[in-house]
Amino acid sequence: MEEGFLLEQKTLEGDLNSETSHQSSVDFLMNWFRKRSIFVLAYGTGCGAIEMPPTFTSRYDAERLGIRGAATPRQADVIIVSGYCSYKTLRRIIRTYEQMSNPKYVLALGSCTVNGGMYWDSYNTIKKLEDYLPVDMYVNGCMPRPESILEGFIELQKEIGAGKASSWQKYEENHEFYRKNQEAVLGEKVEPSYEADWYLYEGGL
Amino acid sequence: MILLELLLMLLVAYGVGFLYYGLYRNITARFQRRFGPPLWQSFFDSIKFFLKEESTSHGWMFYLGPIIMMSGAITTLFFIPFFKETTNFSGLSSYGNLFVVLYLLVLGPLGNALGVGTGGNPFGAMGVTRGLSRLFALELPFYIAVIAIMSLSGSADISEIAAHQSTMYALAYPLLFIGALFSFIGMMGQSPFDVVGAPVEVYSGPASEFSGKFLALLMSQSAIYTFAKLVLMVNLFLGGAQGFLELLLKTFVLFLFVISFGSLYGRFKTPQSIDFLLKVPTTIAVIGLILATWS
Repeated sequence: MEEGFLLEQKTLEGDLNSETSHQSSVDFLMNWFRKRSIFVLAYGTGCGAIEMPPTFTSRYDAERLGIRGAATPRQADVIIVSGYCSYKTLRRIIRTYEQMSNPKYVLALGSCTVNGGMYWDSYNTIKKLEDYLPVDMYVNGCMPRPESILEGFIELQKEIGAGKASSWQKYEENHEFYRKNQEAVLGEKVEPSYEADWYLYEGGL
Repeated sequence: MILLELLLMLLVAYGVGFLYYGLYRNITARFQRRFGPPLWQSFFDSIKFFLKEESTSHGWMFYLGPIIMMSGAITTLFFIPFFKETTNFSGLSSYGNLFVVLYLLVLGPLGNALGVGTGGNPFGAMGVTRGLSRLFALELPFYIAVIAIMSLSGSADISEIAAHQSTMYALAYPLLFIGALFSFIGMMGQSPFDVVGAPVEVYSGPASEFSGKFLALLMSQSAIYTFAKLVLMVNLFLGGAQGFLELLLKTFVLFLFVISFGSLYGRFKTPQSIDFLLKVPTTIAVIGLILATWS
């Protein structure tokens, strides 16, 4: 009988393949490749950042499920918002999210991204991440252990495989709603301009 | 007929390249006491990137970069014969010798520099500067060893060099082999010479601004290029191969050595790696050259 690590691996992978879906074969194949390969941009906003190194390194080894860290937003599929976001961080998260190429997904960790958590009455922290960015998957806990993060990833992979994870389309369709909420906390100038102004103008080259 | 053969060569290099990348990730995982990804994970990654949308725009030169690299990798592959003493899978090697291959080896980094330079990403530019300055140091010991080999075999034809070795050059002239091997480790982008795409330092270096299909193109070209370089090294130093089994065995042994070496050593800084390559392997290769000409 298999036990320990091999059993865990088998259970995780069995879970991943159990989803029976009703898509055309081309869509099925595309989604299959998308779910088997996930590049993660781990944005360590809060205390959740400390749970990510064990998830991706030897102890929990997310790479065995095809999940690995991405070097830059351009290469990433998933952005992890790991905990509370102050207004200052939110600006960076939005810019990073908008640099990623479609299809892209958002994974939110901890209670703080759901309803503010222990920062429910903070003066410079957003309470519901969903008002500012479309979230595909929440992982609850304060903070969630690496096991829960992996479970959240597997649920996300199932949704991607079934073609249900489509938050980036939601963001494009309801862009005005999100932009209104973003402007309410960040002011008129939400995103930094996309010109390389620091590089071309004053103080740059 | 030749077109069919070229297509087959490309398919073999693509498949084996990605297989070796999968093995690379698995073996490094074992070194780090991990389970490691599925064997074809790199292939899945590249297909996934082909399925992503493009959102960046930096002008046409930026997009030409990966395409130049891809064509560099494919033409390099076509000029390297897979087997000795046969015309099967020899590709275009009867039209060009080792000199052409040495020229083509530089095409990739140059295409990279042209493409990344227009992107404006500071990490990309840093990666390219590191790559080009390291390239000069990498080439020196490798070229010295290759010149020695060409004079020993009396030919610049790769399949003739492979056929000329009654005992493989790696055993007969170990100093030349060691000198070239250091360069080879650098060419394969392994530690301690992996300064170009150094993770955490310059993120993924030249690739940091590429996304979607162009990143997929970069991954595919690197798989093909890896296999081409391994076959070149086997032909030059390990006595070539007579069948697929021998070719796979020899390339895999070489590959395993390179990645084990890479897993065991940390990364040099850029000046350190240039210093090291110009001092140690170059000296070893020069001594090898002198010994080879005297014997």
